Amino acid sequence: MAYLDAAAGAPPHPVARQALLAAQEDGWADPGKLYPQGRRARQLLDAARGAIADQLGVRADEVLFCASGTDAVQAAVLGFRAGATIVHSAIEHSALLHAVADRSAVSVPVDRLGRVDVAAFTAAVREPGVGVAALISASHEVGTVQPVAEVAAACAAAGIPLVVDAAQSVGRVPVPDGWAVLAASAHKWGGPAGVGVLVVHKGTRWVPPWPGADPAAPDQPGTRNLPALVAAAAALRAAGAEADAEARRLYPLVERIRTRVAASLDRAGFAVSSGSSCTSSTLRPSHVLEAMGVLSHGNVRVSLHRDTTEAEVDAFLDVLPGLVADLRAQAGVAGL
Amino acid sequence: MAGRQMDVLDCRGQRCPLPVIALARRLPELPVGTVLRVLADDPAAANDIPAWCRLRGQEYLGVAGADGYDVRRVS
Repeated sequence: MAYLDAAAGAPPHPVARQALLAAQEDGWADPGKLYPQGRRARQLLDAARGAIADQLGVRADEVLFCASGTDAVQAAVLGFRAGATIVHSAIEHSALLHAVADRSAVSVPVDRLGRVDVAAFTAAVREPGVGVAALISASHEVGTVQPVAEVAAACAAAGIPLVVDAAQSVGRVPVPDGWAVLAASAHKWGGPAGVGVLVVHKGTRWVPPWPGADPAAPDQPGTRNLPALVAAAAALRAAGAEADAEARRLYPLVERIRTRVAASLDRAGFAVSSGSSCTSSTLRPSHVLEAMGVLSHGNVRVSLHRDTTEAEVDAFLDVLPGLVADLRAQAGVAGL
Repeated sequence: MAGRQMDVLDCRGQRCPLPVIALARRLPELPVGTVLRVLADDPAAANDIPAWCRLRGQEYLGVAGADGYDVRRVS
């Protein structure tokens, strides 16, 4: 089956599979121990951290490992003082919104395309009581790339540290600098699930939010899945090397989907179809689509990756309009 | 609102997108200028009814009491 949901998680990169198997052979011991097996594990851990730091253009001692991308983005904001107000876009991932649910927070609106209002963000971070700001680098629901550089400049001018949730960007597109803390997730770039990456720039007043974390080496406490970290690093190096070529290949395919879907839906006069973006557990509409002021129903998220072929995209485009028309006919809404 | 009809479409208890579909069916049956009050208690209606109006070039007038949304047919 053609897999077109890379935004939820990319298929494992072939080098990640190889690295995972190799690291399982000699990366199983506790890297904190001094016997040979432990020292070997420590070497692998250091190498993985160094490779990820290289790809992200940061220092190795700024890279922390977490148990997941969700843990990384939540720790990113929870490491700042609880009493201060957080300014964030209205379309952050729900993981971040849940983390700050009991904190003072200001949500900055987005336009119809899901792009955050830079002027409103700039004004919001200048307000008294603000201690941190957060911006998703690119929307996980609608793909809109956010003006990270402009927001980072506004935050710097106001002296407010910026957290960037870069889960959808790392390994695909460069993330502008200027942030204080960056969070990412390996299975979005073709690494294994269960590897969250947090980058905390030196000089940031961020405190590891986990009980018992070692301030000198503040990975999330608990034994990390070392073979997965090694595989994540290998996958990021490979994805980084391929990123430009993949972007040149995939952007036109995304554009083809946009044009063809929009044209066929438009021709048929579609406004509503039988889909739903309600969060399945709550029945509430997606907060992202709500913030954009667009219909919360009848949306399909399509996201491509390195294994996606032009033939798969064309096959998808060949069946989608007919499927939607059938569903609408079955629902008795064909003429609306 | 003098001289104009106010129709009411009761979609309470219906899950979205059913209220929007009912609105899309009903509004074209009414004369241009008519205000239709949609009653809907699905939380997504608060987002979807204004969004549908914008997409369809109809006028969204705002909320009207609990669970009420007023829409004017303009075309």
